[in-house]
Amino acid sequence: MNPEDLRYAESHEWVRVDGDTGTIGITEHAQKQLGEIVYLELPEVGHMYDAGDEFGTVESVKAVSELYTPIAGEVVAVNKGAIGEPGIINDDPFGDGWLIKLKVSTDVEIGKLMSAEAYADYVAEEEQEK
Amino acid sequence: MTAPAAAPTALRRTPLYGLHRELGAKLIDFGGWEMPVQYAGILEEHRAVRERVGLFDVSHMGEFDVTGKDALAYLQWMTPNDVGKLADGRIHYSGFLTAKGTFVDDLLVYRKTQDAYLLVVNAGNTPKDFAWASEHARGDVRITDRSSDYALIAVQGPKAAALLSRVSSPDPSDLPYYGFRDTKVCGAATLVSRTGYTGEDGFEVYCRPEDASRLFRALLDEGKGEGAAPCGLGARDTLRLEAKMALYGNDIDDTVTALEADLGWIVKLSKGDFLGRDALVLQKQSGLTRKLVGFEMVDRGIARHGYPAKSPAGPGIVTSGTHSPTLGRPIGLALLPTAATAIGTEFHVDIRGRDAAARVVPTPFYKRPSQ
Repeated sequence: MNPEDLRYAESHEWVRVDGDTGTIGITEHAQKQLGEIVYLELPEVGHMYDAGDEFGTVESVKAVSELYTPIAGEVVAVNKGAIGEPGIINDDPFGDGWLIKLKVSTDVEIGKLMSAEAYADYVAEEEQEK
Repeated sequence: MTAPAAAPTALRRTPLYGLHRELGAKLIDFGGWEMPVQYAGILEEHRAVRERVGLFDVSHMGEFDVTGKDALAYLQWMTPNDVGKLADGRIHYSGFLTAKGTFVDDLLVYRKTQDAYLLVVNAGNTPKDFAWASEHARGDVRITDRSSDYALIAVQGPKAAALLSRVSSPDPSDLPYYGFRDTKVCGAATLVSRTGYTGEDGFEVYCRPEDASRLFRALLDEGKGEGAAPCGLGARDTLRLEAKMALYGNDIDDTVTALEADLGWIVKLSKGDFLGRDALVLQKQSGLTRKLVGFEMVDRGIARHGYPAKSPAGPGIVTSGTHSPTLGRPIGLALLPTAATAIGTEFHVDIRGRDAAARVVPTPFYKRPSQ
């Protein structure tokens, strides 16, 4: 269920690297945990982030969750469609429900992120702790 | 993204717990109870209640019997609404108030006879309320905590009457609003009242714990044609907020008076003395310094419970806030200085460090079409 070509963070974001552009979104598991997303706050183009920085929030009816970028870089695009219709994050978290694109400043961090398989194990472990 | 916290252990469970698991509910800690927050999704369940019919497990609510020759006099003293005006088989909304006129709890008073009443209180407040009620008992009054003798299923929505009337006797659809009576539902002995916490027509079915699962399942089955859906506390919260019904612990508590909460309609100063009356008379004379009002956001964002508010007349606080599924935009309730409570007044809410404009609007946010 988690696409093989993505890298995953423990905070449940994914990154897709294409040349020097990294696209960031939240995982299927994350959207399920949140429930129906009704509000999304994203930064403006031009913002600079270090890995681990908060770049926005997603809100379901019940809860607010912060979004963290797993990699450093400058924001080159934000998904305006998702701001208008946050439900697409629930419907297609790995596709149309992407959040921001960064111009990647270093790929050191990308190597530290999990593969699809490692992330699936991580989620299973997290579930067991509940 | 931060994962929601896992539910802690040692929570109390209702007789419907097993069925919730079976129906795939997401369970949360609500006032010490492990309760379903949602099944299919809050927005979908909200819509089911506004358009069709939803079933809620609210067995966690507390029930007290109040009986005895002095039960009426006792309840007149203990609650601000006029129990003397209640006919047999009728219900009203009221509260337990402190001497300051603030809320120990809000509650429903069911009058069975002049000497026998049923009080329905909030789950998390049940032990506190029982102690409060018992402490203040006087004369020939017996107060019995019956909470574990009742399971409670709320059947809410425009199709609720049609659904229940097919399986109940006598037919609940001729019960008046806020009326109740003993009713057989799917063969089970129950008490049915025309009450709810959603702003829709609907009923609450008090049954024996051992009948609860069969009843809930039977109503879901029978209601298939009507599109009946199991609904959790998430939808219950968005539904009640749209109808501007107060939630204890959010909008009202022992720091908020009945007048500040805009619940003056349950305060019957002319009925005689009651606990909290002196304070409320004084507050009425000197004028309220703050009041609970409804608001909508002008800027983007959802203002939630506890977020600070800044009005032209001074600080306030958001007591409830959510995304309104019916209106498709954020709504909320806030305690604001009285001078800032006129409809249309703009104020600001601190949304996690960001200043967002909001505006006082008329309430309720939603009123059902037939009303």
